[in-house]
Amino acid sequence: MSGTFVGMPAFPTAAREALADTQLRRNLAHATRTIRDKRAAVVAEVEGWEELRVAGAAVKEAALRDLATHLETLEASLVRAGATVHWARDAEEACAIVAGVARDHGADEVVKVKSMATAEIGLNEALEAEGIAAWETDLAELIVQLGDDLPSHILVPAIHRNRAEVREIFRRRMGDVGRPAPDDLTDEPSMLAGAAREHLRDKFLRAKVAVSGANFAVADTGTLVVVESEGNGRMCLTLPDVLVSVVGIEKVVATWSDLDPMLRLLPRSSTGERMNPYTSTWSGVTPGDGPQEVHVVLLDNGRTRALADDVGRQALRCIRCSACLNVCPVYERVGGHAYGSVYPGPIGAILNPLLNGVSDEQTASLPYASSLCGACFEVCPVRIDIPSVLVDQRAAVVDSHRGDRVPKPEAVVMKAAAWTFSDARRLRWAERASGVAGRVLGRFSRTTLPGGRTAAGRLPGPAAGWTGARDLPAPPPESFREWWDRTDGGHRPDDDQEGRS
Amino acid sequence: MSPAVDLPPAPRAPDRGDLIALFVERVEDYRALVTRCAPDEVGSVVAEVLGSASSVVPPGLGLEVPGSVVDDGWTAAELDAIDAVVTRARVGIAETGTIVLDHAPDQGRRAISLVPDLHVCIVDATQVVADVPDAIALLDPARPTTWISGPSATSDIELDRVEGVHGPRTLHVVLLG
Ligand code: SF4
Repeated sequence: MSGTFVGMPAFPTAAREALADTQLRRNLAHATRTIRDKRAAVVAEVEGWEELRVAGAAVKEAALRDLATHLETLEASLVRAGATVHWARDAEEACAIVAGVARDHGADEVVKVKSMATAEIGLNEALEAEGIAAWETDLAELIVQLGDDLPSHILVPAIHRNRAEVREIFRRRMGDVGRPAPDDLTDEPSMLAGAAREHLRDKFLRAKVAVSGANFAVADTGTLVVVESEGNGRMCLTLPDVLVSVVGIEKVVATWSDLDPMLRLLPRSSTGERMNPYTSTWSGVTPGDGPQEVHVVLLDNGRTRALADDVGRQALRCIRCSACLNVCPVYERVGGHAYGSVYPGPIGAILNPLLNGVSDEQTASLPYASSLCGACFEVCPVRIDIPSVLVDQRAAVVDSHRGDRVPKPEAVVMKAAAWTFSDARRLRWAERASGVAGRVLGRFSRTTLPGGRTAAGRLPGPAAGWTGARDLPAPPPESFREWWDRTDGGHRPDDDQEGRS
Repeated sequence: MSPAVDLPPAPRAPDRGDLIALFVERVEDYRALVTRCAPDEVGSVVAEVLGSASSVVPPGLGLEVPGSVVDDGWTAAELDAIDAVVTRARVGIAETGTIVLDHAPDQGRRAISLVPDLHVCIVDATQVVADVPDAIALLDPARPTTWISGPSATSDIELDRVEGVHGPRTLHVVLLG
């Protein structure tokens, strides 16, 4: 598995199902609005936020431009600091390395810090197949894991669950895998967090092996950085004897001082805080303090594929802050599961096709899961131009179908459009036809758009793919060209009101 | 000649007093507790904050804490039986209300400031800097560092903030000077 959930339906199908779930939409609207407002307030506090964004983008861009060199530097400084470095080309290799380390220490369980990279490679399932239990220790990840569920947001993976559901999951499942939830557990968030504290503390205190990711990896000092809130990260990173960190190769920055813009951009963009409660940095092994055996797995899994894409490589600048999810009108309505991947929302819509290619239907549907409104670019702390990459990936999807024996409906429509637009007479004719169609469609319209224009609901035939997820405004009854002819470009009185809407 | 456009005024370097006030405000904003005192009062303030709580201190704290044990490699399970920890810090960041430990002998191993439920952290006012870049410049990347902004917290359930999940549930900053 690499990034997309196995067996997920393509985005439009999943989205339509999600849209029907009003509770989900209410949970999501509340959550995204709350984080959005918090973020806006703390971003407004920073003088020169734009300059900071430019600096953040430059730091990551510089690291990517010379990635091979920086990775070699990183490897050398990690080894110097006492860590063991592994290279993993794909999910399978990475999982095998982690399982190998656990087995070497006779560990049948590991504790985990929330990490997108380990979710992407399906590490928990891989370890389970080896008879090793992987305990998620982030509260939200614990809720997802105990609920046999899938994460729906990068930052708050259980955002689709409300407190009553969380209580139910804890009561039902905690006892199966460790200390059970207390009998008097209510649905108060502080009580639920308390139950998680008790349940996980046993695991922290006895765990021999921990697994983490990293938010940043500093090449010249071999320093890894983990940003978190709950302290579960600190527990995993310092208490066990052995630590394995799975780090995507795009996490590298060149120098220690490059962390400055990143640590200022990330918390404000992510949780809307000036600084997250805990940040841990460490370089290899510190004698007498923390794990005395440290492994770092440098993971490719499609990243060099993305790097080779001139337009798309900027997606590798992503610091997984999730700001783009919270402003996305599409994400806000359908939620994270519809994207079928651990990377949902606007970033998921470009990252998944870039990492995996567009050969499967699910991934190929993602570049279309957007209104191209541009809000994601506006908030992105490292200025990833997501809309441009989306358009480029749509082209990639179309290209991948060029050889098909039965062309996709869009291809047929586009061919017809090209034929029409290439000749003025044909265009005039087409506009007349569309005017007629407009009058007809207007009659059948089921929806009135803001501004009073009518719109059609779902249309039959090849247009169904488009109108299944959108309202189609009825074409105006008169074309611009017809209006120009009739009024001489506005010089003659415009007295024809027939059919105006 | 005046410029064609109005340039924003150059950022004013805050004076020391403003900086410390901002630090206190931002630390308190995280619902951490702050007590300010003169350097020679630190012993009695710390004793008062601890009350009857059992405590562990790092070997290089440089302060007598009556009734406390000095860490000499306690196991996590042993630390779990202790209520509180007293440490110093490396640097405080005013803009974000953050305290950074670099785990020198006056701050101790990472585990001791993590497992006990109350963290009493002594910060000297002279250690407070304006913003993240100043802290980064001061810190040595070869040492492990822990950046602490308020007590442990989660917002994972309906985005309601709850203090204290796995780390210390109470952070008490004793600010000297
Ligand atoms: S694409 Fe930008 S806004 Fe979205 S998660 Fe990544 S860094 Fe954040």
